[in-house]
Amino acid sequence: MNLTEQLVALQIVVPLLSAPVVALLRPRWLAWAATTAASATAFAIAIAIALGVREGRAFGYQMGSWPAPYGIELAVDPFSAVLLLIITGASTFALLGGRLSVDTQIEQQRQPLFYAAWLLGLAGLAGIAASADAFNIFVFMEISSLASYVLIAGGPDRRALPSVFKYLIMGTVGATFYLIGVGLIYMMTGTLNLADMELRIHEVGDQSPILVAAGFITVGLALKAAVFPLHAWLPNAYTYAPHAVTVFLAACATKVALYILLRFDFVVFQQNLIGHDVKFSYFLMPLAVLAILVASGMAAFERNLKRLLAYSSVAQIGYIMLGASLVNHAGLTASIVHIFNHSLAKGTLFLAVACLAMRLDSLRLDGIAGAARNMPWTMAAFVVGGLSLIGIPGTAGFISKWYLIAAVLGEGPLGFLLVAAIVISSLLAVVYVWRVVETAYFQSPPDGAVPAREAPPEMLILTWTAALLNVYFGFASDLPLSLSSAASALLMGHLP
Amino acid sequence: MNAETAILAALAIPFAGALLIALAGRIDPNLRETATMITAAALIWVVWGLTPEVFAGGRPAVSLVEIVPGIEIAFRVEPLGMLFAALASGLWIVNSLYSIGYMRGNREQHQTRFYALFAVALGATMGIAFSANLLTLFLFYEILTLSTYPLVAHKGDQKTVGSARVYLGMLLATSIGLFLPAVIWTYLIAGTGDFVQGGILEGKLEGPLVGLLLGLFVYGVGKAAVMPVHRWLPAAMVAPTPVSALLHAVAVVKAGVFTITKVIVYVFGIDFLFAQPSSSWLLYAAAFTVIAASVVALRQSNLKRLLAYSTVAQLSYVVMAAAILKPLAEIGAAIHMVAHAFGKITLFFAAGAIYTAAKKTELPELRGIGRRMPWTMTAFTIGALSMIGVPPTGGFVSKWYILAGAFEADNYVAIATIIASTALNAAYFLPIVYMAWFAREDEKTAVQHGEAPFAAVLALTITAALTVGFFFLNGPALELERQVVSGVGS
Amino acid sequence: MELLGHYNYWVFAVALMIGFYAVIARGNLIKKLLGLSIFQSAVFLMYITMDKVEGGTAPIIQPGVPDQIYSNPLPQVLILTAIVVGVSTTALGLAVVVRIKETYGSIEEHEIYEADQPS
Repeated sequence: MNLTEQLVALQIVVPLLSAPVVALLRPRWLAWAATTAASATAFAIAIAIALGVREGRAFGYQMGSWPAPYGIELAVDPFSAVLLLIITGASTFALLGGRLSVDTQIEQQRQPLFYAAWLLGLAGLAGIAASADAFNIFVFMEISSLASYVLIAGGPDRRALPSVFKYLIMGTVGATFYLIGVGLIYMMTGTLNLADMELRIHEVGDQSPILVAAGFITVGLALKAAVFPLHAWLPNAYTYAPHAVTVFLAACATKVALYILLRFDFVVFQQNLIGHDVKFSYFLMPLAVLAILVASGMAAFERNLKRLLAYSSVAQIGYIMLGASLVNHAGLTASIVHIFNHSLAKGTLFLAVACLAMRLDSLRLDGIAGAARNMPWTMAAFVVGGLSLIGIPGTAGFISKWYLIAAVLGEGPLGFLLVAAIVISSLLAVVYVWRVVETAYFQSPPDGAVPAREAPPEMLILTWTAALLNVYFGFASDLPLSLSSAASALLMGHLP
Repeated sequence: MNAETAILAALAIPFAGALLIALAGRIDPNLRETATMITAAALIWVVWGLTPEVFAGGRPAVSLVEIVPGIEIAFRVEPLGMLFAALASGLWIVNSLYSIGYMRGNREQHQTRFYALFAVALGATMGIAFSANLLTLFLFYEILTLSTYPLVAHKGDQKTVGSARVYLGMLLATSIGLFLPAVIWTYLIAGTGDFVQGGILEGKLEGPLVGLLLGLFVYGVGKAAVMPVHRWLPAAMVAPTPVSALLHAVAVVKAGVFTITKVIVYVFGIDFLFAQPSSSWLLYAAAFTVIAASVVALRQSNLKRLLAYSTVAQLSYVVMAAAILKPLAEIGAAIHMVAHAFGKITLFFAAGAIYTAAKKTELPELRGIGRRMPWTMTAFTIGALSMIGVPPTGGFVSKWYILAGAFEADNYVAIATIIASTALNAAYFLPIVYMAWFAREDEKTAVQHGEAPFAAVLALTITAALTVGFFFLNGPALELERQVVSGVGS
Repeated sequence: MELLGHYNYWVFAVALMIGFYAVIARGNLIKKLLGLSIFQSAVFLMYITMDKVEGGTAPIIQPGVPDQIYSNPLPQVLILTAIVVGVSTTALGLAVVVRIKETYGSIEEHEIYEADQPS
């Protein structure tokens, strides 16, 4: 076996094996450097894989050389390539841009452990995306979840603790639901390999257990993905997590759960369960519409900057679900492109928030009043991210909104109503982004506040790199689009 | 320089100029103003250099980048856009001249930001004028909105920011809420968003949906200020006067009516739209706006607000002319854009000059001001006459063509609207002119003042001369716009 | 009997619901975690039940014994992993509860909630 064939495995193994090493490293900057190196390596591998996948190469790996479906298989197709890019990219950006932020928020002697947990989280998320085995996905999901509970609990605010507890309870319930679903399928088909499952469900005579399994898996993963109304854990978890962790998790954690959700519902169930597409649509489309309206509305009234962005994330998950609930190629493409583009936008915004937090005492709206005077670069990057979130042309967000509206308009009369929902939610996005921008640009700083300085250069550079990527992918959208389109064809290809 | 390079240069010069202005502003105000003037002059040179080729029937085009398969950022110069670009670039240099006088005369803050963003706004305007498809147009439309927002909020106090929020909110909301869906819808059903002679929607859309799509466009392009999406225009009056001139004459509202005309001519196609009964509502909506805005203007006592409502009415003139859907009326629409630009910029310059010299903004304060500021008030009078449509001013020419188009279509609603609004225009402009020249100045509040700074007076004299000049020398513009409807060079 | 034949599955369902109810209804964080553990254990039971082959032995292949019937080893392996995951989750949850107790002085949900309300 040459190195290219091992890439998929290395993607997971590098962060996983680095984690215990990092936990032992002292001083703390060394731990940070090792973590970043591991994450950057994974990112480089993800880019290599994505480029390879785009050219039509298949990446697979049989763990321990046991052939599938008996052994555990890793497989990367266009869909997982998109996810791997997001996961490793978000982690690398958050690490590079977040070092100083972590320094101010995490006690020094605990930092190596913090970074070790970070790497475990990274390995878990990457593992989910690369795995082709239902149970293996569960294990990786729990690794990443446990790591992210630890990371979030590191937040300096005491409210981080109850938030983590809530997340832990809801996350575990979600994972257990998933486990029940997988168990039921295993009972009926005797396999855990996703591709194999797809083939064997055909042969199952009595489909009711599969139907129950579909319900358990969809609901369980929806919990993990914070699909409205199962999003209760998300706003506080994002709000009180350390800023660097928020950057990382907000960009990819829920997306990964969405990824498995789409995988199962489209690849495994869609063509085997009669009427599954209709059920899937009926179940998720109203929820998606509610998500994009209600969560955007919540964001428009929120006064804490991080929670505002968190509610916006719930709304954006709604967009992704809306595209998927159309159950056609155009809709799925829009969904997957949005998974990519929203990660870019939200990552940029949270990086800018981390910059603000370096210099300001409070991240409530009144706390950031007038911040643009002292931190012009930070706020300018925030504006770019915000425009991308709204979907202004010239930013990545526009591409996905274009595809989503185009897909929705293909639905006839229903499409007009859905477009109306998207449009209203976009307008609410204008409102909540603009409230922040206006407060920062045109209001006076609170009385008696010490004039803040601009954020440290290394954080600014990273924030701006992310912001410029939003612009770059607003014009050169070829990579995410071709991957998403291929991924969507792959998922839909299983429909008769 | 070949035409393709010229297009790219016309787009790049203002943006590069903005950078230059921002850098120069750190060194010296004089250097900054020089940079502004040089940028404006370079832009004129490039843009006007394109006209001969377009006259000869050439349609130079250049494609920049394909953002999504089949959807590209591309530019193509056609007569409507050429006229708009020539107008905007020509007025920019006059406006810059005026800005220098005004901004210095009033000791405004953040002047560097002001000049830099002004240049960005002009760059966006060039993008709108030269856009070859709906998406490109939409992109630059949004850049224009965003870049003018800080200009409107220039003063930075609570009231200004509140009004600027109305400005931004309405323009952004309508463009994202209605314009963007309309653009995407068009791409979906037509398979393209390119501006093509005769339209791209024929046979692709039928019945009431045509009216719906037209509605999405008309109300989505909030910059055209068709009621009820006109509220942002009076709100934006809090801006410094050169910005108001930019909004009303050079770029913003013109971009709005330009977009609507372009959509009607090149996306729907006038013949197609004429055959669709569901599109006739636009004429009534525009006619209503003309009359209603004129009536509101009649009741204003603040000079700038009066001018704002006058603009709302005049814009709907253009929309109504376009909605008559006859070749002569389309020419009238394009010409009216120019004529109104000259007239309205003169009026705003005059209002700003009065404010700079006398700090007066309300109508009753203007008694007898003509004797103290004869140049300014002469220009104001000419501008007002052009608004009413009295010869020898530019306003007469465009009204002539719109009326001719309306007769051609036997469109009595349009004819009646034009007549009624002419009366209304006279009713709110003439008293001001009379008051300024013949009424006696109020002794108690009299302030000793003369004319505004020289640069400002020079600028408004130039635009007043243009207003009159356009009455006599409108041939080239007419020639150019005939090509829009005759299909030369397509 | 059909119903009794599925005896293990009934236990699974009942235990699952007991656990789930505790997670939702209890305000005490420890009791929530206990509920969560019961909830998870119920699922383990489901897996173990499905691997049982009637009359089967432990899945150890002895040389020379033909037609050996043995239970499916795979779910057992899976559940071994799942138990580890469950233990870690519980441990982490308990650690969080300890820290909540340290900072808030309480492990009752409503008291923690009230402590964070601005008075």
